[in-house]
Amino acid sequence: MSAPVARAVGVTRRFGPTVALDRLDLDVEAGSLVGLLGPNGAGKSTLISLLVGLRKPDAGTVELFGGSPRDAANRLRLGMTPQETGLPDTLRIGEVLDFVSRHFPDPLPPGELLERFGLTGLERRQTGGLSGGQKRRLAVALAFAGRPRLVVLDEPTTGLDVEGRRALWDGVRAFHADGGTVLLTSHYLDEIESLAERVVVVAKGRVVADGDVDQVRGLVSVSTVSLRSDVAPPMEGTVRSERAGDRWDLWTTDADALVRRLVHDGVPFHDLQVRTASLEEAFLSLTDETEESAR
Amino acid sequence: MTLLAAHYRFQVLEQARIPIALVSSAAFPALSLLFFVVPFDFASSPDAATTAVVQLIVFAVMISFLFTFGVGVADDREKSWDPYLRTLPAPAWPRIAGRVLTGATFALLSIIPVVIVGALFTEATASPVQLLLGMLALVVAGLPFLFGGLAIGYSLPVKVALPVTNLIFFPISFAGGLLIPPTLFPSWLQTFSALLPSRGARDLVVLAVVGTPPDVVAIVVLAGWIAVTGALTVWAYRRDEGRRFR
Repeated sequence: MSAPVARAVGVTRRFGPTVALDRLDLDVEAGSLVGLLGPNGAGKSTLISLLVGLRKPDAGTVELFGGSPRDAANRLRLGMTPQETGLPDTLRIGEVLDFVSRHFPDPLPPGELLERFGLTGLERRQTGGLSGGQKRRLAVALAFAGRPRLVVLDEPTTGLDVEGRRALWDGVRAFHADGGTVLLTSHYLDEIESLAERVVVVAKGRVVADGDVDQVRGLVSVSTVSLRSDVAPPMEGTVRSERAGDRWDLWTTDADALVRRLVHDGVPFHDLQVRTASLEEAFLSLTDETEESAR
Repeated sequence: MTLLAAHYRFQVLEQARIPIALVSSAAFPALSLLFFVVPFDFASSPDAATTAVVQLIVFAVMISFLFTFGVGVADDREKSWDPYLRTLPAPAWPRIAGRVLTGATFALLSIIPVVIVGALFTEATASPVQLLLGMLALVVAGLPFLFGGLAIGYSLPVKVALPVTNLIFFPISFAGGLLIPPTLFPSWLQTFSALLPSRGARDLVVLAVVGTPPDVVAIVVLAGWIAVTGALTVWAYRRDEGRRFR
């Protein structure tokens, strides 16, 4: 098996008192399409900034194509998107593409790149005058300018309409079908679901789940069963629980089984509510589990 | 080299598309010459007129450097485009060298109007050799403002860099003798003047073009300013890297 395209080994990164990454390990294999999923502040962006050489880890090592990402030569086959808010306003699309392309030995012809991202005919437009969706597409196109082998997309479809999102997804799939490796971050499950083969869930600076889409969907489809009771309800099958007076909130991946159990055990509950937990809550329950198992 | 060219072209385009910045830094010195030198007697004495033009050329270069490097760099640091550039496969030097070349280009453009006004409406003259010597002297004279600008740009946010630059450029240019000749200063201001980088810069270029002996203290102090601002730039750049990209 070939060496991973990008790798983090035991990486810790602090910002003052905040621990953004906590002994995190991640291997991105050549040709894979990996989605990093996690709530805001989970450490996804910090991890990306280490992998592309913007920052140094406090402990542990990061590798890009087998070397240090801070070495420019190791970034030759890396494609990255700028935040579209940072595009140089007064420059034209053609000029920005030309500038970025000059950093690579064998860039894509600009016409091909523009066509692939639906920007044909806009070469002479200044980026400051583009719509939000066009800026976003230009930003993503820049990641593909140098014929990369690894493309890192940080929240790629934020601010895109449905059509733009679909076009972008098609572009990413085509690149991947061609053998390219993709690492993308998102806090939307559906985006990761429709693209990634492998999903890595990051929360509180650690990998809390790593598997294919189905496995992770199972892990993060959590329901909240809420009830009032003077006696403690059964805790088997719950991933997390909270109590406020006689109000119990139970997180579980199988609400049906939990309710059956409550009835079967004759727990004197009232005011029962069952609802789907948000992704944030699901992440929290995953994080709690890892903390338990770490103890 | 091609990367340097790419960064240079990119930055020149970026600045040239906002012509008001260029126009204001070019117009200010030329207008000063037109209003404060041309109507008066000394415009008809070749040496005095040449000195006045040279002073304003140093003034133009100083404004240009302080603003393009001080405010320009501070502004760039706050944009998310800057971190993106760092993910491209290029070391930091083509970007920094491109920035210095861009600043020098616009400084050169901004002295053209003052030279034209000087040649047309005053008795100012310079032989080709004097011009060449003057340009060389100007390169050295510009260093404290180049480094000073970079030090401001790399250490301060743009909201602070802008007022700081505005606050320092006027007193430095006036007391340094860039607007009126320092021979007209009272003695206390003469002493103070010699301690400013602008005074040494002015005296050096005046020496090269007109041949007037410089204030020796001012020249020594200029060398000191170059060393200090150079060291400040290195410190500010490293600190900024350490803060944002550690």
